[in-house]
Amino acid sequence: MNLGISALEYVRQVGAGQLSAEEFMACTLERIKKHDELGAYISTDESCINMARAVDKKIRTGQKVGACLGMPVSVKDNICIRGAKTTCASRMLQDYVAPYDATAIQRLRKKDAIFVGKTNLDEFAMGFTTEFSSYGPSRNPWNQEYVPGGSSGGSAVAVAANQCIVSLGSDTGGSVRNPASFCGVVGFKPTYGTVSRYGLVSYANSIEQIGPITRTVGDAAFVMNIISGYDPHDNTTLQNDTDYLDGIDAGIEGKKIGIVREMTAGMEEPVAKAMSDAVSTIEELGASCVDMSIDMMQYAVASYYTITSTEAASNLARYDNLRYGFDMPMDGYEFNTYISRARGRFGPEVIRRMILGGLVPSAGHAGRYFLKALKVKARLARQIKRAFETVDLLLTPTVPVMPFKIGSRLDDPVSLFAVDVNTVTANLTGIPAISVPFAHENGLPIGMQIMGRQMHDRQVLQAAYALEQQATLPEMIL
Amino acid sequence: MSKIGLEIHCQLTGLHSKLFCPCKADYRGHEPNTNVCPVCMGLPGTLPLLNKEAVRKAIAMASALNCDIPEKIAFFRKNYFYPDLPKNFQITQLNAYGKSSIGSDGTIVSGGKTIHIRRIQIEEDPGRLTYQGATSGSRMTLADYNRAGTPLLEIVTEPDFGNPGEVRAFLNILSDLLENLDISDPGLEGAMRADGNVSVKGGSKVEVKNISSFHQLEKALEYELVRQQSLVKRGISVSQETRHWDEQRKITVSSRSKEEDMDYRYFLEGDIPWVVIDAGTVSEIREKMPEGISERRARYVSKYGITPQVADVLSADKFYSDLFDRSHNMHNAKEIANLITTDIMGIADTREKRLELKLEPEQLGDMADMIIKNRISRSAAKTALYEMIKTGESASDAIRRLDLENMDDASGLEKIIDKIFGAESKAVADAKSNPQTVNYLVGMIMKESRGKADPHAVLDAVKKRLQSTE
Repeated sequence: MNLGISALEYVRQVGAGQLSAEEFMACTLERIKKHDELGAYISTDESCINMARAVDKKIRTGQKVGACLGMPVSVKDNICIRGAKTTCASRMLQDYVAPYDATAIQRLRKKDAIFVGKTNLDEFAMGFTTEFSSYGPSRNPWNQEYVPGGSSGGSAVAVAANQCIVSLGSDTGGSVRNPASFCGVVGFKPTYGTVSRYGLVSYANSIEQIGPITRTVGDAAFVMNIISGYDPHDNTTLQNDTDYLDGIDAGIEGKKIGIVREMTAGMEEPVAKAMSDAVSTIEELGASCVDMSIDMMQYAVASYYTITSTEAASNLARYDNLRYGFDMPMDGYEFNTYISRARGRFGPEVIRRMILGGLVPSAGHAGRYFLKALKVKARLARQIKRAFETVDLLLTPTVPVMPFKIGSRLDDPVSLFAVDVNTVTANLTGIPAISVPFAHENGLPIGMQIMGRQMHDRQVLQAAYALEQQATLPEMIL
Repeated sequence: MSKIGLEIHCQLTGLHSKLFCPCKADYRGHEPNTNVCPVCMGLPGTLPLLNKEAVRKAIAMASALNCDIPEKIAFFRKNYFYPDLPKNFQITQLNAYGKSSIGSDGTIVSGGKTIHIRRIQIEEDPGRLTYQGATSGSRMTLADYNRAGTPLLEIVTEPDFGNPGEVRAFLNILSDLLENLDISDPGLEGAMRADGNVSVKGGSKVEVKNISSFHQLEKALEYELVRQQSLVKRGISVSQETRHWDEQRKITVSSRSKEEDMDYRYFLEGDIPWVVIDAGTVSEIREKMPEGISERRARYVSKYGITPQVADVLSADKFYSDLFDRSHNMHNAKEIANLITTDIMGIADTREKRLELKLEPEQLGDMADMIIKNRISRSAAKTALYEMIKTGESASDAIRRLDLENMDDASGLEKIIDKIFGAESKAVADAKSNPQTVNYLVGMIMKESRGKADPHAVLDAVKKRLQSTE
């Protein structure tokens, strides 16, 4: 059975009675087991088979079935599914079972999506390699010695390795787009406020979004149609009833695409070549590319880490093990001692960012760090807005470097920070951005990033779709 | 010269739900940890959902305290670890980066004095901790999160109070306002809490915390004032610190916790977008508000010629201004205002006594009329009111039963004067040169008449008699 079909193709075949949801699910679960060395999943749900069988029965008997038709969907393990463990890949939440569904989950469930399992991530989504997971790293299915990117590494691996059809990730600074780029799949970060964050465990709540990781741009639009829209459980969501699939093949003829100097500096050689090929391709498609500078981008990474660590320190403060968590008796402790003991279970990257997050907004330091970072964020947003007065979209490589070997950059957090130089801007400014597979080198994929104006997510998807049609990736050997 | 400022927390008990989730705002009487949900327990992935009605109530309070209300408000996180705080941060407001609290720079007249309101902010109440056994060396702490997320208004005053009596007057006005506007029921246990800060001339500011009731607040402030004054008198400097009120020992104790040094790392709560307060909403809320204290006060002064001091006291008290409005006419309004503020408020001075008050508005009107017609003296009126409040009998019945009517025949008064002049011959002799003694004689005669004599008539009669015996 071809497990590598797109979501739209799956829906067509199952809907036409050419494919059994149960059989597809069974093969998917088998595939997950067969390649568990990839470390894509933290947990799986065996009862999926029964749910898929029920979908088949509904189709056979002509009952109403939701648009997903029992499609196997995987979910990053920082998004809550009622009754399922939500560990955030942290020992702190290793036994935590969510008592409610995230809104995105609820909406997919209503459309008869089936949640096949929870995928691996950097602990609490802090990282760009999925190496900082208490369950061990995920591996890049194109070459298992390499990192799959992160933090939604498990999701990207699962989609690339045919261990599900689509996956939900979360993107705080590139966490959907970065692993999509490294694993040769599509990763979309929508406009802030488009998808409800209710049920997404917060890391840096003011800039992060849930986003789909899929095999095709069309699939990303398909998932967006289900999960997006106003949610009374999230005050930051916007009224919006966009049909993301509508006109997805409209093309980019006549569009003006900005190439930002600050985002094409420091590219590794194969990435630079892919970038120049992408520019040619885009121009062949009838769009025009213009060079431009957005000088605040040079401070974007610093601003990003200052803001995210501040919010992270606050968002993760609730993990004191007093109300939920793991088994650790409280007898004999004064509460401050207990809390600090319990919090000793956080991993090194989380601890590093929380220490940073304790310092940068503190009295006496806020002016030099946190408040300055907010200023950069505001100025960057103004510059981006101004840039979009002259161009329709921005094109960059998603990551300026090629995937690297597991463990090779672990001891050098600063070099890891440089990996996200091109992705953080979309989060800091709230704009939509997508990574689409475009080239490959030494059997490893290279993704291109397209960014657009706020609430112009459709145009971003249209451009990505156009680029996607021109790209060919080799068959993955697994 | 001493200065007292207040920080008051009052729960918005008039709301149905908590500040950020649908749990009941009225957490009282539930089994521990049953009035909770994933949001107020701070479970992973939950988001706060702002209760818009809380903002409306806060606008009403800010208007009543004549505060500036900004065009938009924001919420901030106050970060600190404490077991009663499910998220280990409190969602509150802040005026550090521009004005973003619901109210600032307000004023209210209390006891003839203008009290300045520094700010009003909306915030969430934490849960409650219960220590098993003795407070010190307690072996177990129980946490109940039923209260966690209950909407609070924090009202901070400038240090405008000179003594605890002024504080009490202000808090009475504030309680009445909250009740009036259906924001809070100050009578509920824990619905209103206040901390104070105290300084005396030549000393630093000291914060006094851990105060359970307004009654305790007054005691704590009194103690703290005396403590600081005696330090200054002995040339010892008063250092800036936080002290806790020890209710059992009735003293303030220096707090060893480093509360002053706490760094709360405030930053914007991104989960709640800025709330635009449009002028239309504000004026709509203002229109729906019951007559404000200041308007009522103005009406009392301009329409009835009630003195500003009396109008202050009367207008600030919902219960008694209602009684006034139901009992007065143009003719007797001023007299009724005086009777309420000088006599009745003193007789029924607690919540319980007010609830038992049997005085009918018409009877109060009758009483005022009789004073105006000079049929009864003010002091006799007080005696009669005391009975009417307790029994509910009419003004005329009470006066008759207690034989309080003014003596209208001069001969009766002359007889009493004869008697007193006879018994007090030394005072009579003194009185010719010393006006103080005249007053003494008038007092004796009033006493002999059991308050029924008209004091002015008595004074005139005594003066006349003294002249004639010269």
